[in-house]
Amino acid sequence: MEEDVRLRPPRHRVSSRAVGWWTLQSALFAVPLPLTFGILWASIPPTREIFMWLTLASLLPGLLYAAVMPSWRYRVHRWEVTDEAVYAASGWLWQQWRVVPLSRVQTVDTLRGPLQQMFKLSGVTVTTASASGAVKIKGIDHQLADDLVAHLARFTQATPEDAT
Amino acid sequence: MSRETTPQGSAQAAGPEWGRLDSRLLLVHLAVLVAPVVMFLVDLAIAGKTNLQILIALGSLFVTFLVISGIGLMRLFTTRYRVTESFVDLHSGLFFRSRRSIPIERIRSVDLTANPLHRLFGLTTLSISTGEQSSSSAHRLALEGIGKADAVELRRQIIERRDAGRGIVGAVEDNGPIGELDWSWLRYGPLSVWGVGGVLIAAASVYRTLHEMKVDPLKWGVVKDLEDRFGSLPLWYGILVALAVLVVLGIAGSTATFIESWYGYRLTREDGGMFRVRRGLLVTRSVSLEERRLRGVELVEPIPLRWAGAAKLNAVASGLGNLEDNRKRRMLTPPVPRAEARRVAAEVLGVDPSFTIRAGLTRHPRAALRRRINRALIWAVLIAAVPVGLGLWLGPGLVRAGWITGLVLVPILVAFAFNAYRTLGHGMRGRYLLTSSGTFAHRTVALQREGIIGWKITRTPFQRRAGLFTLGATTAAGEGVYKIHDVTEAQGIAFAEEAVPQLLLPFLERAPRSAERG
Repeated sequence: MEEDVRLRPPRHRVSSRAVGWWTLQSALFAVPLPLTFGILWASIPPTREIFMWLTLASLLPGLLYAAVMPSWRYRVHRWEVTDEAVYAASGWLWQQWRVVPLSRVQTVDTLRGPLQQMFKLSGVTVTTASASGAVKIKGIDHQLADDLVAHLARFTQATPEDAT
Repeated sequence: MSRETTPQGSAQAAGPEWGRLDSRLLLVHLAVLVAPVVMFLVDLAIAGKTNLQILIALGSLFVTFLVISGIGLMRLFTTRYRVTESFVDLHSGLFFRSRRSIPIERIRSVDLTANPLHRLFGLTTLSISTGEQSSSSAHRLALEGIGKADAVELRRQIIERRDAGRGIVGAVEDNGPIGELDWSWLRYGPLSVWGVGGVLIAAASVYRTLHEMKVDPLKWGVVKDLEDRFGSLPLWYGILVALAVLVVLGIAGSTATFIESWYGYRLTREDGGMFRVRRGLLVTRSVSLEERRLRGVELVEPIPLRWAGAAKLNAVASGLGNLEDNRKRRMLTPPVPRAEARRVAAEVLGVDPSFTIRAGLTRHPRAALRRRINRALIWAVLIAAVPVGLGLWLGPGLVRAGWITGLVLVPILVAFAFNAYRTLGHGMRGRYLLTSSGTFAHRTVALQREGIIGWKITRTPFQRRAGLFTLGATTAAGEGVYKIHDVTEAQGIAFAEEAVPQLLLPFLERAPRSAERG
């Protein structure tokens, strides 16, 4: 019974520009707090000691996050669409792999936030009747995303069931 | 969604007669107005005199109720409904006129509920749901305040027409109810964990209301007397007595809740493939559930109930509204003896009573036990760390208390870890996938394999180290995803392929045989 069968990663990586996107995102998330402490450190001399430590303490985890998370995510985030199913992997420390048969897909949409637009990236969201959340493929090239949506839309129209 | 509210064509004008809301609704609205007046009189009787503040408070309450009754009366005079061959039509509103017709074939459930005031006047509310998971209000249509006999008749009519449209011609022979209230189940009432909290909330709100009305219960003679007599007793004694009172009131409260929610409970199978749950003393609830929307059941054993050998049964069904509605409406039984819950599960699913028994399910690898023990130890350390940390700051007494807490907690939590590991199990029985898990509440879920609409596999860093993952079966029914916790990759994949053949197959590969783990 112990065959060594395992789930292979989906075929396609997301766009390499996604690394830049995630780095910018993590920077926006990590910079404000140490920046505030840094300004206080520079501007209020009597509290130098405390604010120096606070600046360092808030800066280090942020830097670590911005340095590690994007490339790690890039290794994990992958996607694949066959004629039968959508298959996507996401996350970095906590990872999620999802498979949805095309016959159960209800809607397919794209979402492009301002940051994603800067990097010419797009996210595709595939929803089903389940309340447990949609399959999201984030950070792929926006042209590719449009093609993908068109492809998925064709298949989901071809299946007449109510998909529950 | 747009299909549902089709414009009313004149071709349908010559249909059956329009029904109206019951005129007894008038009395209901007048009765509502009585409340502030009575409160005023009661206050006058207690305080002996009145003051401006109370007058203003009750006056504004009166005006608010007047507006509400006004709206209600307008609804009474403007609402019309009828059932045609293929639509349920509802017209209402004076300033904002709404006309809706719902195609009968899309109706998933017809429920009757009655609040105490309505019941006093023999009225009831009929609500029709088309059961989309999104925005429940847009998909529910309610006729508030029609006569009870009318409601029952209307419900029968709608379901009959719908089933006729689907080619189901009625008449399942009546074998009596599947489940019916047994008053000996009342012994499980006090085991609900909400009792004590409920007492605190009730006490607080009563105190607040009295406070608003300028009545301070702490100044009453009775309370003063108690204070004089027992005020000099030591603190620990007071705390003990307060706890005892709280527990007694909590037990009374949860027993009362049990009676209110489950009085007259009946689970029946009705014409046209419907299950119907009726229950409630003050608020009567009736939930109808289509058999083909029922994707399985969930047997829940939360800790106090489990120790008493009891369990609750929930339906895993789509069309009960969004997650929140679903949680309110999914109950198939009150807390009952475990064997009874299993029997009801078996009858509802049409299987053997041993169906939901955990024994015989595939056990999970030892690595899952290690994860649970680790988690128990981490919790013990974290909880003990609080008094120890405070003790380092405040004094050595707390440090000692911290150590003792830790030493006591470790065996208890480890016992829970072993129990949680023994609860883990999964398997396939006929058309159903079974999964069981849980630490404080054991949950055994049977989910129809056709109801699975995808897989969601999650792995934490710790699971990756142990070579495990959590396999989630996503579905349109119930909670949306039902998980099989901590299985090895090979085990999980084999199981997923067995449950929904061919779905994962294109995404598998043969790996060189690695060092066997877990």
